[in-house]
Amino acid sequence: DQVLHIVPETFQQVQHLQHLCSTLLLDLWKPLLPQDIWAGEDLHIRVPATLVKEVKDSLDQHMISYKVLIPDVQELVDQSMPRERSSHRQVAEGYVYTEYHPMEEIYQWMTRIQESYSELVTQHSLGKTFENREMYYLQISQPSDKAKKIVWMDCGIHAREWISPAFCQWFVKEILQNYKSDPKISRFLQNLDLYVLPVLNIDGYIYSWEQERLWRKNRSPYNNGTCYGTDLNRNFNSSWGSVGVSYNCSSEIFCGPGPESEPETRAVAQFIEQKKSDILCYLTIHSYGQYILTPYGSTTEPPSNSEELMFVAKQAASALIGKYGTSYQVGPTSLILYNNSGSSRDWAHMIGIPFSYTFELRDNGTYGFLLPSDQIQPTCEETM
Amino acid sequence: QDIADVGHKYHLELVLEDVLAKDSTVNCTAEVLYHLGHQPSAPEVQVTLQGELRNTAEADNVFYNRVKSLDQELVAENIPDSQGTVPPALEPLHLLAWVASGYLIWQNSTESTKLQLAQVKRVQQVRRSDEYLEFDYLVLLHEMVSQEIIPWQMRVLWHPQHGVQVTEDRHQPQHRLQ
Repeated sequence: DQVLHIVPETFQQVQHLQHLCSTLLLDLWKPLLPQDIWAGEDLHIRVPATLVKEVKDSLDQHMISYKVLIPDVQELVDQSMPRERSSHRQVAEGYVYTEYHPMEEIYQWMTRIQESYSELVTQHSLGKTFENREMYYLQISQPSDKAKKIVWMDCGIHAREWISPAFCQWFVKEILQNYKSDPKISRFLQNLDLYVLPVLNIDGYIYSWEQERLWRKNRSPYNNGTCYGTDLNRNFNSSWGSVGVSYNCSSEIFCGPGPESEPETRAVAQFIEQKKSDILCYLTIHSYGQYILTPYGSTTEPPSNSEELMFVAKQAASALIGKYGTSYQVGPTSLILYNNSGSSRDWAHMIGIPFSYTFELRDNGTYGFLLPSDQIQPTCEETM
Repeated sequence: QDIADVGHKYHLELVLEDVLAKDSTVNCTAEVLYHLGHQPSAPEVQVTLQGELRNTAEADNVFYNRVKSLDQELVAENIPDSQGTVPPALEPLHLLAWVASGYLIWQNSTESTKLQLAQVKRVQQVRRSDEYLEFDYLVLLHEMVSQEIIPWQMRVLWHPQHGVQVTEDRHQPQHRLQ
């Protein structure tokens, strides 16, 4: 089907077009009714594929010039489908984990997860974002009489890295759907509690859905509202502001006016600080690049337990490559990537959390931040 | 390899993988020389392929004829879109952008940058009277170290037998949507 754009020049042309539309029952997009067709006014008609030639011949015969506005309507419809699907409301059981979801749906998902798995899951708030949104995390904890250590995972600290929140949601689903049947998961939950924050930078995430897909930072205003956003992963109190940052708000790696200047950073830092003696492992999920990064970014001095950190990370990377052949590089950020200070991972390690890792998920730059949704499943499966 | 007063030379051994035919690989070696100095200049590159690249003449011609036969200049935006989707009909335009941005990346790289094509923001065909196809692209490049997204405009010429050329390019001023 094609959509044609015509501007009739004479009354005779208008008459002919009205005749054509009524006899062939053509779909008028603009105006809506044949009687509203006027000379000098834009006319948009959708012509079914089978009638395209006939209509064009007729227009040529009557010396009516036209332009093809949309050469293939079906193509456009197909293109818009994924977006339509993601605005449908999702039920917990029918939730589509292989699609990207806007924040509203993620909030609804968290509520439903807690309801469906209330024997294990509780939802809590860490605080509020700059734009006053609640920062909810899910606590997955099997009731037991022994005190358990904690594994913390946060996703979505950088708005544009959509595969990251998608992974947190997938991870929660996998754990909850399989904890009774999978011996590894079952043993895991007997000994450890899981705390998952699916979207840390909620304001930024929403902004990347509604305004600018490649936005990275949060949304706090600076310079009298002429500039927005601090890079939350440069805002933690770990050698803050020393290297790999910018002091200029317009930069993507603006570290903020001071360490923990941002409400989101404070909310997370306060919580982790409070629980630090029980936290065994801190994981923060990003994209892209395919790395498992260990401390530090601010210095090449190795952390005290660097051998152990590397050993565990290498095991993770080999398990990962075993699934679909996706290779991940392992090592300290300062050596294999670039220098940066104020990262959450460095901070977690500095306050005493022994295992602290940044995961940079798929891919290697082919799609970068715009990872197609058909890669959500394999990415999440291999990362499990 | 440090070459005193000249620059830093890197010897690389690479495996090239065909994006459209994943089992098709070719080994290659390259030498890249980054010049010292205050004047930014593109690194010098020498490449030796140890094998042949796959022949794509047929697919090239199909795309070429398709575009030549359109009544109106091709226009498209956001490739891939927010969900990472590229409609099959627009895939060749995406690939062309990729190749052409490779040129921009080469011309603008230093030892401390890592540039990738993030997205084609907009592409508009430019009508020509000769046999070449010409496209005006606005692409977004992602620079890994600064994490910046850099808009770049480029004019790309292409013909199945004569290959790809970037005839002009301009680094766009970054604007922030408030």
